Amino acid sequence: MNLIPIEYYLILSAFMFAVGVTGVLIRKNAIVVFMCIELMLNSGNLALVAFSSYMGSSAGQIFVFFVMTVAAAEAAVGLAIIIAIFRNKLTVNIDEINIFKW
Amino acid sequence: MQNHFQEIYNVLPLVLVACGVFLSVVIEIGSVKSEKILPWFSVLVFLGTSLFSVFNLNNCGTAYNNMLSYGGNVFIFYSLFNLAAALTVLSSMEYIKKYGSYFGEYYILLLSSVLGMMLMAGARDLFMVFIGLELMSICFYVLAGINRKKQNANEASLKYFLLGSFATGFVVYGIALIFGTAHTTSLEVIVSNFGSLSHNLLFVTGMLLFLVGFSFKIAAFPFHMWVPDVYQGSATTVSGLMSTGGKAAAFSVLLIALGAVFPGNAANVFRPYFAAIAAFSMLYGSIVAISQNNLKRMLAYSSIAHAGYMAIGLAAGNRESVAGIMFYLVAYTFMNLGAFGIIAMVEGADDTNLELKDYIGLSQRHPLLSALMALFMFSLSGLPPFAGFFGKYYVFISAIKADLTWLAILGVVSSVISVYFYLRVIVYMYFKEPEPEALPVHNNANGVLAVVISAILVVMFGIFPGTLINLITSYLR
Amino acid sequence: MIEQYIPIFLVIGVSVVFSMAVIASSKLFGPQRPDSEKLSTYESGMKPVGGVRERISIKYYLVAMLFIVFDIEVIFVYPWGVEFKKLLGEQGISALVPMIIFLVVLELGYLYVYKKGGLKWD
Repeated sequence: MNLIPIEYYLILSAFMFAVGVTGVLIRKNAIVVFMCIELMLNSGNLALVAFSSYMGSSAGQIFVFFVMTVAAAEAAVGLAIIIAIFRNKLTVNIDEINIFKW
Repeated sequence: MQNHFQEIYNVLPLVLVACGVFLSVVIEIGSVKSEKILPWFSVLVFLGTSLFSVFNLNNCGTAYNNMLSYGGNVFIFYSLFNLAAALTVLSSMEYIKKYGSYFGEYYILLLSSVLGMMLMAGARDLFMVFIGLELMSICFYVLAGINRKKQNANEASLKYFLLGSFATGFVVYGIALIFGTAHTTSLEVIVSNFGSLSHNLLFVTGMLLFLVGFSFKIAAFPFHMWVPDVYQGSATTVSGLMSTGGKAAAFSVLLIALGAVFPGNAANVFRPYFAAIAAFSMLYGSIVAISQNNLKRMLAYSSIAHAGYMAIGLAAGNRESVAGIMFYLVAYTFMNLGAFGIIAMVEGADDTNLELKDYIGLSQRHPLLSALMALFMFSLSGLPPFAGFFGKYYVFISAIKADLTWLAILGVVSSVISVYFYLRVIVYMYFKEPEPEALPVHNNANGVLAVVISAILVVMFGIFPGTLINLITSYLR
Repeated sequence: MIEQYIPIFLVIGVSVVFSMAVIASSKLFGPQRPDSEKLSTYESGMKPVGGVRERISIKYYLVAMLFIVFDIEVIFVYPWGVEFKKLLGEQGISALVPMIIFLVVLELGYLYVYKKGGLKWD
């Protein structure tokens, strides 16, 4: 059953997490940034599921359910916010969303 | 069956607010007069929950398989959140009308964000922490941009959303690593094994990611980028609640998650982290706030500085610091809500009247408001005999007891710096010649009521700090 | 460890070579008499209409958003459904209560959307 050792999953999830963080920091399009955030959440999910099956406890998998539903709610709210800003400014490039500066 | 009802009674504050959310949606759907009913309905729910929590402080324990705890300091947090939300609703009633259109979902979202905060404060399991955090944050993302026709609000909302969910990503990954190393999500178990777990590098990494996520939520220094923009862009009353309730909820989670550190059962391995963010937040917030002319933005930087003062307590990590942080949160909540309430009243339509120069001569146009504003500014800057002073006092004392004298000295230094920009508001209100074309401030009874209540609480906790601090200490195990 | 993957690499290699060989041989040996009818997009017999990169009305996004939320919530029904027989044995009919509360809250959300005109198309 445990053909693939848990380290592999952890390395993959850490890699996904790093890709997500990098994407959030360097991408310019709000939608793409949001997709990178989803990637971060999913890397957490992957680690949770891997730990959960490795330890034989279902708590981690249940947690993943909650993360997924919350991510869906966040996606709905996020899309709504992005649409609202697109209607007003006709852009979703976060470099151009710059009314406030310190 | 008896058991079920007993358990529901124990967590009744949560049930009350949840029913409040449910009923407010029903009112919004069913009634054409919901604009008049909803604000007062939510005030009623908040006050009822707050009173219930205060009168049931001594009924302590955990419910639902150690998922939630009730009584004691948890109920102090509950009643703090609810009181803060009630005051926010009071000052929102007139403020929302400045937008020209009615948003019924405003009150529904306020109710559900408070439910999220309460879940966070009562959580004894990482599940509950996560659900509460997200419930609160998602409601705040929407509340920040509630006036969707205005570009400022859109921008604030987008920035808050992107950085807030970025922080959520950290929290989720941190929870995954904690779960993998501690083999459980129950905070009770994690806290009791904290000492042995803190030798595990993976656990410490997970915990650090978790703490980074929450550092975003408490608006501490390297993770503060969203704070000024979001506070400035979103509705003033919402900024008030975000900066007080949201911060208090995030701190409550930190206090629970580090629960092993405070009684001294485990070494505080995160002390360098907290000491660093505390020092940088205090100095950064206080110094940058000096150059701000927009009052909301100034209070945003001051909010970063206050997060720094409270983080001193986390670095100190002893029993006194828990009590100190909680007292500080109570004091900060009421003085900051009061200040934001006054700003909301002075503010004109379309984000006007927010600059410092618009406050010139407020003492003649509206003596009561300017006197109260002066009171809040004194309290925020930490001058006795107001509540803000004792908050700082207790936190600094706890730092000295934990051999962090340098941090306490830094705190005093940045408090002294901060006096400059707080008192500048008073100087503008009282000692500058008024300009003839200044906009009038309209009287609005509910807003004034909210501000007066906050002022009374600030003065009361300033004169009798011992009552609250003894109460909090008596509930610490 | 790595030798376990050799069959997989073999399959990948064979499939790549085979598919390329088939395509190349049909290009090389088959007769080619193209006309506009043959070169147009194959739409299962329908006449192709318009390009693929058209902008979609913003109304679709609203429906998509609502769909995401209501669709994902079903995730909570599955574990409950799987365990339902066990729960029914343990708690009797009161095992239904939590799910009824959940569904009522969900329906309330639907009702709210409906009442606010979220499902109106025009």
